[in-house]
Amino acid sequence: MMRADLALIHRWVPEGAHILDLACGDGTLLEALARDKQVTGYGLEIDPEGITACIAKGVSVIEQNLDEGLVHFEDDTYDLVIMTQALQALRRPDRMLDEMLRVADECIITFPNFAYWRHRVHLGIRGYMPVSKSLPYAWYDTPNIHLSTFNDFEHLCREKGLRITDRAVGIGDHEGHWATRLRPNLFGEIAIFRVERQDRRRTTQP
Amino acid sequence: MPELPDDSVGLVSPQTAHFDDPLALACGRTLPAYDLVYETYGTLNAERSNAVLICHALSGHHHAAGFHSLDERKPGWWDAHIGPGKSIDTNRFFVVSLNNLGGCHGSTGPTSQNPATGRLWGPDFPMVTVTDWVHSQARLADRLGIERFAAIIGGSLGGMQVLQWTRIYPERIANAVIIAATPKLSAQNIAFNEVARQAIRSDPDFHDGWYAEHGTAPRRGLKLARMVGHITYLSEDAMGSKFGRDLRSEDLNFGYDVEFQVESYLRYQGDTFSTAFDANTYLLMTKALDYFDPAAEHDGVLAEAVAPGQCPFLVVSFTSDWRFPPSRSRELANALIRAGKQVSYVNIDSPHGHDAFLLPEPRYQAVFAAFMSRAAQALGLEETA
Repeated sequence: MMRADLALIHRWVPEGAHILDLACGDGTLLEALARDKQVTGYGLEIDPEGITACIAKGVSVIEQNLDEGLVHFEDDTYDLVIMTQALQALRRPDRMLDEMLRVADECIITFPNFAYWRHRVHLGIRGYMPVSKSLPYAWYDTPNIHLSTFNDFEHLCREKGLRITDRAVGIGDHEGHWATRLRPNLFGEIAIFRVERQDRRRTTQP
Repeated sequence: MPELPDDSVGLVSPQTAHFDDPLALACGRTLPAYDLVYETYGTLNAERSNAVLICHALSGHHHAAGFHSLDERKPGWWDAHIGPGKSIDTNRFFVVSLNNLGGCHGSTGPTSQNPATGRLWGPDFPMVTVTDWVHSQARLADRLGIERFAAIIGGSLGGMQVLQWTRIYPERIANAVIIAATPKLSAQNIAFNEVARQAIRSDPDFHDGWYAEHGTAPRRGLKLARMVGHITYLSEDAMGSKFGRDLRSEDLNFGYDVEFQVESYLRYQGDTFSTAFDANTYLLMTKALDYFDPAAEHDGVLAEAVAPGQCPFLVVSFTSDWRFPPSRSRELANALIRAGKQVSYVNIDSPHGHDAFLLPEPRYQAVFAAFMSRAAQALGLEETA
């Protein structure tokens, strides 16, 4: 079974779309999208085991560090760019957002919410950096160098003049918990944001 | 009697295919008839759908795997990757490996007789290009009854042939593996080749290429050519860790004899090569490298040049390769991406420089094997052995 956030993204991706999946892991999502929705495109990954797993699945994968941006990809050449659970590990998440919406009109981004109530308890009451299912690392070895909250992300999108067209908030990876809920910035652990440029330039194939 | 390793294709013997149909070459000349020498490993299935073609590099040949005799000291040049259970699994695939035209290991080339003159071809052998090789390889495939290769695979100059296959015969290649290659040589690459050629051509024993008729060979020139080439095949680190500044004897002798181990190594490599390889072949193979530039016909736009390709591509580079560095493979991958092709690009961490493509390395093997077994799966290939 697919991870719950991936299953939801799978539903959001249009048939026949040409996409990039940044930090595509073992290629599970791209493989399923190619099979079920005739989606084409590429995964970008730096983890050797993930890359080999993609190749074994027949998923096109490019070895690339996302901190280099998407310089090798031309403007407006993809329908959609997906990035799951990688935003917080980038050196400049804001620039990556620009890059994603340079090569496509639309992007889907998932990341952990630093303002999730359990995280607040860790930091605000117990006085420790939060460690949880969505933030499994200790402060000294975490790859997550740019943690943010849902509010922060929405603020960034507003500043950049981007439109958030859809949002799902979940707790852990339990499928049943995915919903747009009351006070997501407090109760949501992981969110999936669907963001587009105000000036859509490319027509997504039906 | 020594035993063969379990994962070896075992004892193999070369075969020769003779062709009487004239082959029109890119240089404008025509080769009236020619031989191609080749080896095969594994079993061709009834559908003839499991064939893999290996394209060799600058100084390569048809003997890619296994042993010609039990006394042979070393197996074929790509034995690390071809055999039962290896990346190119001969339990599944039928592997064809040939010596290219212009070579000096049995296929028609400068050391063969020119039927028109009765002399050896020598320097008169027409300049052959990567495109010419691909056409001749297609004819060999016809001869073997192979309509479409399950995969065509090559490293370095071999990778260029694979790329050319996808452009000229896209319907005849189901998967392309291009390793440590480049879409065209850089000025520096051409410069190194030119030094090698001048070393050969300025040897007094060269005789404008007619050295065989003079009963000699430009061994000193060929040795120098190989020495300079060899430097570009290794990385600075690999050379450093292999030899450092180690001396052959304890003290400096303040002379020009071999003192450092690296000098000894290079001289040995050069000497061995100069007695086993033909200088005219070396000259024309370096020219084939220099001339390769598929984007040139498309105003330099590589993405247009690669547009005819229809198959999945695997492009592999090695971090310490400075002859054809990762950026050149990435350039190729980018063009394939722009052209919307199925392509995976992998940059293997290796200290061995350009030579890394010949060697076993766990990640390289894992990626290579994953791509090949996916290819077998997509083509519905069963084990044949």
